[in-house]
Amino acid sequence: MKRRHLLQLGLAVGASPALLGHSVFAQTAASKAQVIVIGGGYGGATAAKYIRVLSNYNIPVLLIEPQSDFVSCPMSNLVLGGSKNLKDITTTYDALTQKHGVKVIRDYVSSIDTDKKTISLSNGPTLPYDKLVLSPGVDMMFDSIEGLKAANDNGRILQAWKAGAETTALRKQLQDMPNGGVYALTIPEAPYRCPPGPYERASQVAHYFKQAKPKSKVLILDANPDVTSKGPLFKKFWSENYKDIIEFRPNHKVTAVDGQAGLIKFDVQENVRANILNVLPDMRAGSIAVQAGLATANKRWCGVNYLTFESTVAKDIHILGDAMLAAPAMPKSAHMANSHAKVAASAIVAQLSGLDINPSPFLTNTCYSYVSDNMVVHVASVHQFNLEEKTYKTVPGSGGVSSEANTLEATYAWNWAQNIWADSLL
Amino acid sequence: MPSNFSVLKNLFFTLCLTAWVFQANAQESEKLHQRANAAMCANCHGSEGRTVENSAVPPLAGLPRDYLIQQMQAYKDGSRKATVMHQISKGFSDAQIASMADYFSAQPR
Repeated sequence: MKRRHLLQLGLAVGASPALLGHSVFAQTAASKAQVIVIGGGYGGATAAKYIRVLSNYNIPVLLIEPQSDFVSCPMSNLVLGGSKNLKDITTTYDALTQKHGVKVIRDYVSSIDTDKKTISLSNGPTLPYDKLVLSPGVDMMFDSIEGLKAANDNGRILQAWKAGAETTALRKQLQDMPNGGVYALTIPEAPYRCPPGPYERASQVAHYFKQAKPKSKVLILDANPDVTSKGPLFKKFWSENYKDIIEFRPNHKVTAVDGQAGLIKFDVQENVRANILNVLPDMRAGSIAVQAGLATANKRWCGVNYLTFESTVAKDIHILGDAMLAAPAMPKSAHMANSHAKVAASAIVAQLSGLDINPSPFLTNTCYSYVSDNMVVHVASVHQFNLEEKTYKTVPGSGGVSSEANTLEATYAWNWAQNIWADSLL
Repeated sequence: MPSNFSVLKNLFFTLCLTAWVFQANAQESEKLHQRANAAMCANCHGSEGRTVENSAVPPLAGLPRDYLIQQMQAYKDGSRKATVMHQISKGFSDAQIASMADYFSAQPR
């Protein structure tokens, strides 16, 4: 080989894509990548926006979401309590498209082919992806409780755990219930979406009863041995404010319901009758994840590599939010899903642009619960990626809960909601 | 046919270019990580530190770097009282706080 050729080779190596990294070549490749996000909740919407933002709007993103608008699960208990309505907690997807250039398709994904790297839409074509972000939230396992599916289908027993039409319908049930009636809320064994959510809901319903129908009762029937989150704070507030309204019964695992008779049966405990049955069954990753074989843990939750949130069983599928198998002490919360999305978005942008993946990401979580219309308690935590154990660990000495319920945090809680809605969608 | 000198010269140039590309790549990567890490504050303090209007949670964009570091240290040592930040701030190292302060101080308000 002549020296000139050697020289040309050297220059060619110098100019190869690998070495040029975040060069024009890599940017062009990234701008042609097919990135699809399934699910427009706190995880998916945030991922769609942040892949656009962190790539300086270089990487195109397609978001697939069946709902026309985003309805927030956090704050939806306030609709049941009567201090907010559904409009207050609803945001459109318009800004994701108009401001951030995310293409939004309103549809369901009917299947994912993890080998061919394609998805199929229920109403349309099969689409290829280079990167898939899967944030399908949770599915209610209605079949885990005898009689529940039918009772939910005919509207007798609601979950209202996915905010929307059922939230409004449950509010109406509460309004229609006579003074002196019983509202029963059943809670599945952890993990489920939003650990403190059921206790906030019980507080909101009790707050409403106290104003509007004070002879009524809130019965909490919990499959867990104690209040799952912020226990002492909730119990203190209940004993001081809803002593004659709320009754908490632990170790109540529901096995069957009869919507017509208003009856709940348990594995061990006595049957319970109530005017309103609000039954939360066991939950698992959204069905599309289960169907695609991505729910590796007990066929319920999806295992991921926590550095990138890439599935442990399917390359180039990044799974976020409640559907994911959580690291220790990591709650299934909206704030967490928004945090997951940013770590995943950063990793996806890095991978598609020839950059390094962040070797030490961290996540934050703050979760507010309204115990009345103007009193709030919180839990907060910081989760640092641990390289040796390849998981997130809460930072020793950090995090904690409110010292007691207070009004100042009600202001912060509502501001949190507005800022996280903007951060995820606007 | 190039002389030995010109071959060496070109090889040297190629190596320099390669080193520069690696450095540029590392800088771009670091910028991406810094921005994504700082986004962990955005859930409460707004995207890129800019909150919605009339937010009781303060925006961070455009605040002086030293002020941001001082406040985080004050939350950490308890000299500034808070509802949440005294708990969150203890989750961050000095280097992480400095990086976030660098980022937010450089953002337009």
